[in-house]
Amino acid sequence: MSLEIISRVLPGIGVCQELELHGGKRIGIVTRRNGQRDIVVYDEDGDGAAEAIQLNGDEANVLAELLGAPQLVLRLTDLQRSVDEVLTEQLPIPVTSPYDGRPLGDTQARTKTGASIVAILRDGTTHASPGPDFVLRAGDLVVTVGTREGVDHLVRILDGADAPPGTG
Amino acid sequence: MLASGGNGGPHIATLLIELGAILFALGILGQLARWLSIPVVPLYLVAGLFFGQGGLLELSASHDFLEVSADIGVILLLVMLGLEYSAAELRSSLRTQAPIGILDGLLNALPGAAVALVAGWGGLAAVALAGVTWVSSSGVIAKMLGDLGRLGNRETPAVLGVLVIEDLMMALYLPLLTALLAGGSTGSVVIAMLVAVATVTIVITLATRFGGHVTKMVSAEDKESLLLGVLGLTLLVSGIADQLKVSAAVGAFLVGIAVSGTVAESAVELLAPLRDVFAAVFFVTFGLSTSAGTLLPVLPLALLLTVVTAATKVATGYVAARRSKVKRKGRWRAGVALIPRGEFSVIIAALAVAAGVDARLGPLTAAYVLLTIVVAAAVQKLPDRLRSDVSGLRTATPASRSAD
Repeated sequence: MSLEIISRVLPGIGVCQELELHGGKRIGIVTRRNGQRDIVVYDEDGDGAAEAIQLNGDEANVLAELLGAPQLVLRLTDLQRSVDEVLTEQLPIPVTSPYDGRPLGDTQARTKTGASIVAILRDGTTHASPGPDFVLRAGDLVVTVGTREGVDHLVRILDGADAPPGTG
Repeated sequence: MLASGGNGGPHIATLLIELGAILFALGILGQLARWLSIPVVPLYLVAGLFFGQGGLLELSASHDFLEVSADIGVILLLVMLGLEYSAAELRSSLRTQAPIGILDGLLNALPGAAVALVAGWGGLAAVALAGVTWVSSSGVIAKMLGDLGRLGNRETPAVLGVLVIEDLMMALYLPLLTALLAGGSTGSVVIAMLVAVATVTIVITLATRFGGHVTKMVSAEDKESLLLGVLGLTLLVSGIADQLKVSAAVGAFLVGIAVSGTVAESAVELLAPLRDVFAAVFFVTFGLSTSAGTLLPVLPLALLLTVVTAATKVATGYVAARRSKVKRKGRWRAGVALIPRGEFSVIIAALAVAAGVDARLGPLTAAYVLLTIVVAAAVQKLPDRLRSDVSGLRTATPASRSAD
């Protein structure tokens, strides 16, 4: 999954990041200090640009959003569409939750409820696919996918209304 | 300094009209340059040349003001050059590109010095002309690479590396030139040089180690105070440097290097418009101080220098790119990219002419800078016509080149 990215510092201008795509084509992104971005498609030599597209800051941000951000949402809505009885909800971790300050694994959410925790929203950022070591905090929003009962069960667990949290 | 052009008093209305007319004309030239997609610096020089002494325009009231503005223009050009590169970039370039820097200096400075000596202009002119032909224009080149979409190319870091080294070398060359121009005994020149080298070394060392502390003295939060702070500091250090005979330009450059991080980034943003105004005035004033008539006699010399030092720059770029393991096409691209000379060459010539070195150095440099930029623009796309190495290997010409 992870692509090799070659970074080149351009003194006085910015930085260029180059990567090879699955088809063997190489592209580069130049980030200039003034926020302007250049997308470069390399020629057969691999040294020079066969094509270079200049984007200003706004255009680059829109492009980045188009490419990246909808991934999670798309995945979730797809899930929801394909299986009617599966739903997605954002569950808050209340201040009174026994899991405030404890790792996600302690909730045993999947084992007990069958619902999956696909992301944690915290301070405006998304932590996708959190591992069992991910430490929850009061105020987090837990993005959950599961059946109605499963999600409701998880709400009770997170609120501390279910099984006592002492068991590891 | 030149004597005042007219004998009319510095009437404020005349001054405003003259200044306004000049700036407005420069603005139109900027539009023209944009339309032709060429760098604007040569247009400023040409405009100055054609409206200069013996030209159409007789400037009286604004003369002194323009002279001071031109000096500030030089200072702003240099502080921006210093700000452009972070201390870390300077240090890493120095470490990795030092051999290229030496090659670049030898290949490109020596032709200038030789031409001045053969033409019989004397030793001082030789030192000055060596500087003029040595330094490529980072401003023109960065813009050209951006416009051609070559910033992502593999040879580009090598090209920029050469520019960084040249900038650093200038921090040593300018004090040497200033000391020589100031005259005096060999001993005083040596002392001035040693002081300059020591100052430069100390400032760069301090900037790379403790740049953060220097920067903390100025806050990046308040734009107005940052602008005034950096501008004030620059002028102050430049003035002190000038008093110490280290050259105001070097002082400004060192301030630029010493300021780093977020402060430097905001300072670049804030100072850029000021730099554009005053540097434009500097270029046009440089042109104004030489009449178009003096251009013709030095034209053959300028052409000769252009041909020779364009070739030596291509060689420099070629070698620099080869060191970075770039293939043949990219090496040629790196070579032609380095051809344009610009702001540094004009600054050096202006310093030398002001100090009384052969006056022909002025028009020669103006013509030379123009020609290098024109030639560079003309040959920039030639390397694209070369066959790339991939197809070259397929047709199997084993003797064409040695492997890396």
